[in-house]
Amino acid sequence: MAATDITQITPAGSRLRLGALEIWRQRELLYFLTLRDIKIRYKQTLIGIAWAVLQPVLTTVIFTAIFSGWARFDTNDIAYPLFAMTGLTLWLFVQNAVSMASNSFVNNTNLVTKVYFPRLIVPLAATLAALFDLVFSIAVLAILMVYYKAVPDAAILLVPVFVVLAVLLAASVGTLLSALNVRFRDVKFAVPFFLQVWMIASPVFYPASMIPEKWRLVFAVNPMTGILEGFRSAVFGKPFDLPLIGVSVVSLFVIAAISLVVFRSMEDDFADVI
Amino acid sequence: MIEARGLTKTYKLGAGKSHSLRDAVTGIFTRKNGTRETLTALDDVSFTIAEGESVGIIGRNGAGKSTLLKILSRITPPTRGTASIAGRVGSLLEVGTGFHNELTGRENIYLNGAILGMRRSEIDARFDEIVAFSELEKFLDTPVKHYSSGMYMRLAFSVAAHLEPEVLIVDEVLAVGDLAFQKKSLGKMKDLGESGRTVLFVSHDMNSISRLCTRAIWLKDGKIAADGPAVETVAAYLHEQTLTGAERFWEDAAPAPGNEIARIVSLRVVNKNGETLASPDIRESVGVEIVFEALVDDKVLIPNLHFFDERGACIFISHDWNSGWREKPRPAGRHKATAWIPGNFLAEGTISVTAAVSTYKPLMVHFIARDAVTFTVVDSLEGDSARGDYAGLLPGIVRPMLEWTNE
Repeated sequence: MAATDITQITPAGSRLRLGALEIWRQRELLYFLTLRDIKIRYKQTLIGIAWAVLQPVLTTVIFTAIFSGWARFDTNDIAYPLFAMTGLTLWLFVQNAVSMASNSFVNNTNLVTKVYFPRLIVPLAATLAALFDLVFSIAVLAILMVYYKAVPDAAILLVPVFVVLAVLLAASVGTLLSALNVRFRDVKFAVPFFLQVWMIASPVFYPASMIPEKWRLVFAVNPMTGILEGFRSAVFGKPFDLPLIGVSVVSLFVIAAISLVVFRSMEDDFADVI
Repeated sequence: MIEARGLTKTYKLGAGKSHSLRDAVTGIFTRKNGTRETLTALDDVSFTIAEGESVGIIGRNGAGKSTLLKILSRITPPTRGTASIAGRVGSLLEVGTGFHNELTGRENIYLNGAILGMRRSEIDARFDEIVAFSELEKFLDTPVKHYSSGMYMRLAFSVAAHLEPEVLIVDEVLAVGDLAFQKKSLGKMKDLGESGRTVLFVSHDMNSISRLCTRAIWLKDGKIAADGPAVETVAAYLHEQTLTGAERFWEDAAPAPGNEIARIVSLRVVNKNGETLASPDIRESVGVEIVFEALVDDKVLIPNLHFFDERGACIFISHDWNSGWREKPRPAGRHKATAWIPGNFLAEGTISVTAAVSTYKPLMVHFIARDAVTFTVVDSLEGDSARGDYAGLLPGIVRPMLEWTNE
């Protein structure tokens, strides 16, 4: 062991690598940082983790009040509150994860300037910590399904696939923004606005079917479209729109690749510019 | 083993300021990049450190010590040059990195351990030892935000001290906690060095470098100025440091060490006639004269002088105890105080003086001018000093002429 452990130090360069092995070797650090982010998330709050439940529930109530009153959508026979809650379950996870991850380096400056470890672990830990809230959202969703007597079929087994895709998406976007934020603090101000626009551009509170047929695949370039539609189809046992999901998944992998390339090209200088 | 080949690090001055997108965008159009000034923090540094060596890195602030450690710790890449390190590397550029105030002592031990590169199983195995070392058994489940700063540092150092890598890189983290804890920490460092680990250690404390390291590398303006046995390198470094001279005047009030109560005006090494004296004879008494300015009327001000030898060891400290100003406030204005060191007391060698003015009740240090003047005690070997007829190496930080009796 001792003799084989050799650290090579070279000038910064375009050593493009996934670095998955290195991250795997440091998985315990990822675990402890995730745990820390979860533990401190609701510290010094009055109602603590109730926020994890309140956020989706109150948003669902508001959407229901607005959109089942006068602006009606064709939700394919799904009760609107249930429809909205399904969308919000994944969307709020992505939103929280991206906003936490994008600030992760700025919030952990001393980790970057005083110790070495694979930098990617920092935004990944922030993303994974947001999964904690997702567990609560899914519980609320399950309760709502029982209430509305929505009976799922075997397709519900595909739910984890869409959750994993959502995690990958949140991690990719969060990582990209976290690296840009080290260099350009503009990101901190742009992220809330960006997330707002992103939500409106995603079928969270409306179905993708209301987009004209010929534009639908363009719409699916936003990976959230395919993920949300697929997630709903899996939860309610409706037919999957495979072309739409396909475009979204391809787009997701392109975004993930861009994110990794940008991150790798910037990470060497983090300690000097943060 | 650590091998560094031509390590160089340059920083673009002002580069850190380009934190906003607008600067970056306008930067593209103005193309000022070519004219930007650069700072070379480390300049073509090469060395090889064998397995099991304990090496100290010394040098003034800004000489490149921290940059070197950051490169070897992989926190920042070199601009040019390469290095390779064989063995698992543990680096301690700070204690308590990643500590979170809201987490308990126990939680922070695991988090910090993982950040320093320990495996969970290793932390589990050493957990009791870490806790015992920190002496914080009772507060383990208390969030560290309720700890005193001393407790916090003790816990942080305890985790760090139980990191057992093959190569340890340490930056001046020992200056934590109270004296007893510092001693314990230094002992731990010594053990690490003696157990065959390679240790690279940066410190301003020449004493700990001499004690802990077998070899020292002196960095000066980013280059290696000397590399050799620790004691010799430290002496060479201190010798240069001490060429500052036997007198120093702070003409402008602004940069003079001081606060709104007192500030230093001058410090001189003098003989009986009040003349500046750079190399007193060992038999001669030496005065150190401090002139300071009191800026208020109502403070008891006690000048005090600290004497250090070439290895950085404190020879003694003396303060004005008998002049009558011990209890009564000094009026505003200049005051001159001189401490007299008797002849046949100091050993040969270069001595560095730190001067301060304090108030003791309550304790307040108004200024401290570190290593402000130096002088070199010489023995002319005429036979009437403590040396007698012996001309060889005579160690010891003082050399008093003692009374001997024979029966």
